[in-house]
Amino acid sequence: MTRRPIVVVLLVAVAGVLTLDLATSRPLDPFTAPPLLALCSGQASGGAHCASLPGS
Amino acid sequence: MSDTTLEARRAPRLRGRALAVLAALAAALAVAALAGPRYGALLLIGLGLGLAMEGLRFGFTGPWRRLILFRDATGMVAQMICIGLVAVIAFPLLASNPTELVGAHAPVGYAMIGGAFVFGMCMQIVLGCGSDTLVNAGSGNLVSAVALPFFCIGSFAGAYHLTWWTGLGSLPVAALSGNAGLALTLVALAAVVGIALAVAEPGKRMLPGRLWAAALIVAGLAILHLVVAGQPWGVVYGLGLWVAKGVTALGADLSGSVFWSAPSNVERIEQSLLTDITSLTDIGLIAGAALAAWWRDGLSAKVTGHPIQAWIAVIIAGFLLGYSSRLAFGCNIGALFSGVSTGSMHGWAWFAAAFTGSWYGIKLRPYLGLEARR
Repeated sequence: MTRRPIVVVLLVAVAGVLTLDLATSRPLDPFTAPPLLALCSGQASGGAHCASLPGS
Repeated sequence: MSDTTLEARRAPRLRGRALAVLAALAAALAVAALAGPRYGALLLIGLGLGLAMEGLRFGFTGPWRRLILFRDATGMVAQMICIGLVAVIAFPLLASNPTELVGAHAPVGYAMIGGAFVFGMCMQIVLGCGSDTLVNAGSGNLVSAVALPFFCIGSFAGAYHLTWWTGLGSLPVAALSGNAGLALTLVALAAVVGIALAVAEPGKRMLPGRLWAAALIVAGLAILHLVVAGQPWGVVYGLGLWVAKGVTALGADLSGSVFWSAPSNVERIEQSLLTDITSLTDIGLIAGAALAAWWRDGLSAKVTGHPIQAWIAVIIAGFLLGYSSRLAFGCNIGALFSGVSTGSMHGWAWFAAAFTGSWYGIKLRPYLGLEARR
């Protein structure tokens, strides 16, 4: 077996995860999205990160 | 073979590559249009990281293995240069924008150190850390592709139990900052480079051009990530989130977990992955690596077989990679790369513990059937 079918299966799986995600998540709204750059946006950083503890 | 024949063969390949690049750009544009420009940019950054890491063979696990086994310092030196380049920009950016930008700062604790040790061991067993597992899986490596779903499950489970583990004992969060902090970080990185060069064999010290290029590109993209996202590059949160969203969709109740029931994480579960920073760069890493592997005809390479006990080891190690990286407050990216480059002391503790674990992981691999005994 070559690497090609592994990549195809993986990419199909990622596409499947995204499809299910879009079907079960809140609708996307680009008009309330944050600006392109966090730097100079005046907004507090709010993303989740591996180093974050709940409440920190 | 005539020039005309060669050109006739190259034309479809060039067209295919151009179409693939256009498809990647179209995907980023679609995410920007559907979710917002920041999210499209983050997918592009992830794609760039995947392309650079696979295309220029820049990683973390392999270089540690080569330093320990073959006294080859080149990959380790490239990592330290890359982290140092990010630190030079990140330290002043964080100092002058303390609200908009945050570092990867986390406490040093018993579970954090133990988690990093286990992570270091398991990353050598599957030959893939956080970023390397995504990149390797994206380029068709079967071991990484098998380990990846269990990595995701482990990341979810580790986050589920995280507060119990941190309750075993942690120091307050400690982070270097300012000019003195940056100077100390650069001196410490230079010391690691010095040690690596001192133990390296002659001829295994000079960085090849591709590693210089990779260090510069990855550092540039990591700085761009900080500017766009407001936080440093990370990997494992997104992987656990994918499972958290899946089990929630199936009706599971996560209120028993302090971590997953925290309002910020409940919101992440309810929102689309297309608005999650680490999910977007993770997907970009996989797709970018796939693109780079296809680009250089790497997808036609044969897959190596392993005995059944090796696959069981890969599954267990994959789960432990995810679980331990949550206890360690990140993998080689979230803790080592982003922690050290933004001044967090947990990044240095992670490095020491994971490198020690790596030594044991390398020793274990032959006994698990993943390579011939030396």
